[in-house]
Amino acid sequence: MFKAQVLIKRRPSILDPQGKAVEKGAEHLGIKNIRDTRIGKFIEFIVETDNKTAAEKEVNNYCSKLLSNPIMENFEFTLTKFDPSEIES
Amino acid sequence: MTGTKPRFGVVVFPGSNCDYDAFYVLKKIFGYDVRFLWHKDTDLQNSDVIILPGGFSYGDYLRTGAIARFSPIMNQVLDFAEKGGFVMGICNGFQILLEARLLPGVMLQNNSLQFVCKDVYLSVENHDSPFTKGIESDKVLKIPVAHGDGNYFADEATLKSLTDNNQVVFRYTSPDGQINDEHNPNGSVMNIAGIINKKGNILGMMPHPERASDPVLSKIDGGMIFNSIGKYFLN
Repeated sequence: MFKAQVLIKRRPSILDPQGKAVEKGAEHLGIKNIRDTRIGKFIEFIVETDNKTAAEKEVNNYCSKLLSNPIMENFEFTLTKFDPSEIES
Repeated sequence: MTGTKPRFGVVVFPGSNCDYDAFYVLKKIFGYDVRFLWHKDTDLQNSDVIILPGGFSYGDYLRTGAIARFSPIMNQVLDFAEKGGFVMGICNGFQILLEARLLPGVMLQNNSLQFVCKDVYLSVENHDSPFTKGIESDKVLKIPVAHGDGNYFADEATLKSLTDNNQVVFRYTSPDGQINDEHNPNGSVMNIAGIINKKGNILGMMPHPERASDPVLSKIDGGMIFNSIGKYFLN
């Protein structure tokens, strides 16, 4: 099994008003030197196969068809071996 | 084009909340034959026009319309649309049509970051579509919007193609029909409020015509759209 961790970012050409608003908050907090705040999504899940190539294919499919919208977002992901018996309590 | 009134199917997704409004207007105000279509169904029940209503399908999780787009009934809707069947997506329904790639572009969060709920004014840019044929040429429509993600975006090439093919149907304007930033409620590129596909059978719009169709509410401009599509079938 694998644990997939997916990062979804807005394409650089797409404005991020939410990031801008958050940055305003930083300014009000007195946190300086912050620029280009952009908000994305982090998604993780388990892939139930031990075949890494198959897992990559499946995750790629999931990311491109549902988790992200390629018109406005880019995605990247990592796969790490996952042993269910080692679940953190 | 059948000489009879069209039969409407209103799709109900979990989280739809304008489905009853659409049903009521179509049945009670216009006297059309109309039925609800549950999102898990796979039969469009011989509908001539499919309405994807407004609401928050699947809680707007992930992205607006992203999950509804894969509801079982959407396979039939895609097939129906492909064959030239009429599909109208209102608000969340428009977002679903974008996610299904039946219409080009995406919907971003309103540039104000605020949910916008108010009457807006719309110019009708395309009078050739069956949805707008019956509307007077210089009429500015007053119809409410209610959305958080209505900021239509498409790249330059898509916008050019939309413009060249007369696919922009509605644009946000001032009450006297001027197109400017001040009267753009959400930051939509080119003030776009509604678009249609090249073939002219799939319409998506953010404003809610079903909320401006019953004379009791003193707003009836939205009804012109339902009237127009009805007439198209009758003539």
